[in-house]
Amino acid sequence: METHKAKRVEITIELVMQSRLTEALQAADVTGYTIVPVLGGSGRSGDWSRSGQVSRGQGMVQVICIIRPERLDKLLEAAFSVVERHIGVVSVTDCDVLRAERF
Amino acid sequence: MTDIFALAAQNLLSPIVLSFVLGLAAALARSDLSIPEAAAKALSIYLLFAIGFKGGVSVADHGVDLSLGLSLLAGIGLSAILPLVAFQLLMVLSKMDRLNAAAVAGHYGSISIVTFVAATSVLEGQGLPSEGYMVAVAAAMEAPAILSALWLVSRGDSGGGRMDAKLWREVMLNGSIVLLVGAFMIGWITGPKGLAEIESFIVSPFKGVLCLFLLDMGLLAGRGMQSGRKALGLGSVAFGILMPLVGSLFGLGAGMLLGLSTGGTMLMMVLSASASYIAVPAAMRVALPEANPSVYLTLSLGVTFPFNLVLGIPLYLAMAQAATG
Repeated sequence: METHKAKRVEITIELVMQSRLTEALQAADVTGYTIVPVLGGSGRSGDWSRSGQVSRGQGMVQVICIIRPERLDKLLEAAFSVVERHIGVVSVTDCDVLRAERF
Repeated sequence: MTDIFALAAQNLLSPIVLSFVLGLAAALARSDLSIPEAAAKALSIYLLFAIGFKGGVSVADHGVDLSLGLSLLAGIGLSAILPLVAFQLLMVLSKMDRLNAAAVAGHYGSISIVTFVAATSVLEGQGLPSEGYMVAVAAAMEAPAILSALWLVSRGDSGGGRMDAKLWREVMLNGSIVLLVGAFMIGWITGPKGLAEIESFIVSPFKGVLCLFLLDMGLLAGRGMQSGRKALGLGSVAFGILMPLVGSLFGLGAGMLLGLSTGGTMLMMVLSASASYIAVPAAMRVALPEANPSVYLTLSLGVTFPFNLVLGIPLYLAMAQAATG
């Protein structure tokens, strides 16, 4: 089956910044993304886990976008404007998709 | 003095405080005991609805007068001023940098609704009435402290925090405030007749639900102490205990100036003495992301909240009783 090259961008960010990030992505014409909850982890700011949260400010989510390679820079610029000062990780990997017209 | 110790002992051995201690001990012993996230959310919704509703019924029952408006103004004023006091106290007691000190100070101007709920439960146990509109005062005290914290940061070299319209909306319309004020309005509109219809749901189970919620808070506080203890120095811990006492004196002064009842004065003291760990941390993560959440969350949840719950509440009640006769 024929596949097409695409970029998969994973942005792990604080829950309080989620709507700001998705608004910035939509403003950059990135309308397709998936949001998944993050159960826990460890990083420069220490350990944390979703079950131990009392404040909305402490949780994390992951926003996953799959886009055509030529649209990557615009997406990253939009994402960076939001995540620049905040805890989080942005990673980009290559992937293949079946239906290129959807991305 | 004997009364204070008797009240403290009575408070310490109440199911509410012992539930909190159980959670705290379980967390410190690294037990895997936990309250599911959705269950904890449901418990907090129940408590906020019940406390808001009962406050509204009390206002409907006793009527509205000028003291409601004045108490709201006093609450807003206290919330704005207390961070400035907290900031100065932190500068004296700890070596915290300006940014983190301002973020911590913001938490101490805002309020802990769980401490407020526990205090109302103690008042009910003592048979002391309080002004029902103190629930509205609690809601009004959530946000002004955030502005004071951002102002404190803007006076330093690190620049100001970001407080945009979206963040304003999130703070003013956060779920706790909407539910608390909404339930208060429903209670006010429906009055004692409305309360009679749902009394078996929001009055009788209240203390039992509060016990479970405080068990969860104990778990959170214990785990917060374990993960955040390295972030705090001795001076910061001293601040976490001294600041509620200082804040309570401001609340006592406001309560006496307003001519509140003993119960109302005690609640004003509790609001002034408590520190936020829900609304303000969320706002700080957006507006001041460079501030260390381990510092402000451990202080408010791991130091000040247990202090207020175990020792502060009986102390404030005794002080309010002594001051108001």
